[in-house]
Amino acid sequence: MVEPRVKTAVELRGLTVRFGDYTAVQGVDLEVAEGEFLALVGPTGCGKSTILNVVAGLLPPSAGEVYTMGEPVEGPNRRAGYLFQQDALLPWKTALDNIAMGLVFRGVPLREARERARPWLERVGLARFSDRYPHQLSGGMKKRVGLAQVLITNPRLLLMDEPFSALDVQTRHLMENLLLDLWQEDRKSVIFITHDLEEAIALADRVVVLSAGPASRPIGSFHIPLRRPRDVAEVRLTEEFLSIHQEIWSLLRGEVQKSYAQQG
Amino acid sequence: MPNKARVRLWQLGILLAFLGLWEWGARTGRLDKLYFAQPSEIAARIVKWFSEGEIYRHLWVTSVEMLLAFAIGTLLGVAMGLWLALSPPVAAVLDPYIKALNSIPRVLLAPIFTIWFGLGMLKMIALGITLVFFVAFFNTYQGVREVNPVVLANARMLGADGSRLLRHVYLPSAASWIFSSLRTSIGFAVIGAVIGEYLGSAAGLGYVIQQAEGVFDTTGVFAGIAVLMAFVLVLDHLVSRVEARLLRWRPQAVENQV
Repeated sequence: MVEPRVKTAVELRGLTVRFGDYTAVQGVDLEVAEGEFLALVGPTGCGKSTILNVVAGLLPPSAGEVYTMGEPVEGPNRRAGYLFQQDALLPWKTALDNIAMGLVFRGVPLREARERARPWLERVGLARFSDRYPHQLSGGMKKRVGLAQVLITNPRLLLMDEPFSALDVQTRHLMENLLLDLWQEDRKSVIFITHDLEEAIALADRVVVLSAGPASRPIGSFHIPLRRPRDVAEVRLTEEFLSIHQEIWSLLRGEVQKSYAQQG
Repeated sequence: MPNKARVRLWQLGILLAFLGLWEWGARTGRLDKLYFAQPSEIAARIVKWFSEGEIYRHLWVTSVEMLLAFAIGTLLGVAMGLWLALSPPVAAVLDPYIKALNSIPRVLLAPIFTIWFGLGMLKMIALGITLVFFVAFFNTYQGVREVNPVVLANARMLGADGSRLLRHVYLPSAASWIFSSLRTSIGFAVIGAVIGEYLGSAAGLGYVIQQAEGVFDTTGVFAGIAVLMAFVLVLDHLVSRVEARLLRWRPQAVENQV
C-alpha cells in the first residue's frame, strides 16, 4: 500500500489579520507545495511578516484557516523552522551551544546536542569559531549560526523573514548560495520573505507578489524556470533572469508606488 | 604608564590625604577628639580587637546574620520576581501590596521583630530579609520583563517551553539585573543586621558600636564602622568576581576583565 503523501506544505484559506482597526492582510489564499521554495515579495508594510508569523503560529489569525502538512496551526508550529530578520541568537551561549540549543530545547541532552551541532558548525563554515559569543561574530557569521540552529532541528518547513537584509551585498550573496546549497540537499518547503525582487527570483521556484497594504493580498504568482543549481550572483546576469524580472516588476512597481503615495 | 596604575595611585593619594588631614587636625586640637577621634587611635583599636580576639565573636554573629538574610532574601526575591513577571494577572493583583510593604521604613519593624523573635539572631535575619527581598524582587521582575522578544520568539519556535525557557532564556537574560541587585543586597543585608543589633541585641558589630556609643567612646564607634566597611568591600569584591565569571558573554563584562 502506498502511504498517503501530503502534497501541500502550507495552505492558507481566506486568511485575515487585523490589529485593532487596522487590517493588515485580507482574504489571503496561498498554497506552498512540499519541497517548493516560495518567495513572497511586496512593498514595505504590506503584511509579509504578518503572514509568516501566522504560519509560524506566533500570531493567531483574525479569520481564515491555516494548515501546515495538512494539520491546523495552533501555537508555535513545531513543523516549522523560523529564521528571523533581527538577531535572535542567545547572547549568553557560544556559537556551538546556540546551534545545540535547537536540539536541547526539544529534549536532547546537552552533550549529545553539542556533538551533533559540531558538524553543522562546519557546514556553515564556522568550525574555528565554536567558542565565540554572538557579540564576537560578524553579522554574516551570526546568520550562519542562526541558519544552522534552525536546520539542526530538521524542520519540514522553513520560514525566513528577510533574513539577509541587514548584510552587505557580498556577504548576502554568500549566504544566499549557502542557503541554496543546504536546501538542495533535502528540499524543504520554504517561504522566503523579501522586498528585494532580485533576491526572490534568484532563490525561488515561485514568486508571489503581495499588494500594498492595508488589507493586502496576493495579486500575482510567477513560476521561475531558472535551472538549478544556481549561483545567485551569476544567475542575475542571464537574459532569462532579466525578462522574468521585467515581467514581475511591471506588476510590483504599481504596488510600490501606491505604498509610497500612502506614506507621503 | 598604564592608565589603571595611575587611577590607583590617585585613589591611594586621596585616601592618605584624607586620613592625614584628619590625623593632623586631631593632633593639633583643631578637631575635638571627643567627637571625631583620631585615625591612628582607631587603627590601634582595630588591631587590639583582632589581637585580643574579642571581635571575632561579633564578626561571626554579624556575618551569619547577614549571609542568611542575604541568601534567604535573594532566593525569595528572585523566586517571587520570576513568578510575578511570568504571570501578569498575579502581578496586577499583588502590585499594591508589594508597593505598600516596600514603603514601610524597615527600622520601624525592629521593635516588632524584637517582640516576635527576641534579641537573638533571628530578629536580625528577619530584618535583613525584609530589605534584601525587595531589591532582588524588583530587579528580577524587571530583568525578566525586558527579555528580548525576538530571542524569546526564536527560542519558542525552536521548541523551548516551560522550564527550558526559564533556564536558557529568562534566567540568563535577567542575570545581569539579578547580579546588580546582589551587590546592592549585600549592603542592605549588612544594614539589616547592624541596625537590628544596634537597636537591641547581645552580640554583633552593631552591638559593639552601640556599646561604644553608650560610654561616648568615639574611637570604638569609628573602629566598628571601619571593620564593617572592610567587611562589605570584601563581599562586594567576591560578588563581582562571580559576576565576571558568569556574565562572560556580555561585551562590557569582557572588557571589564582586562
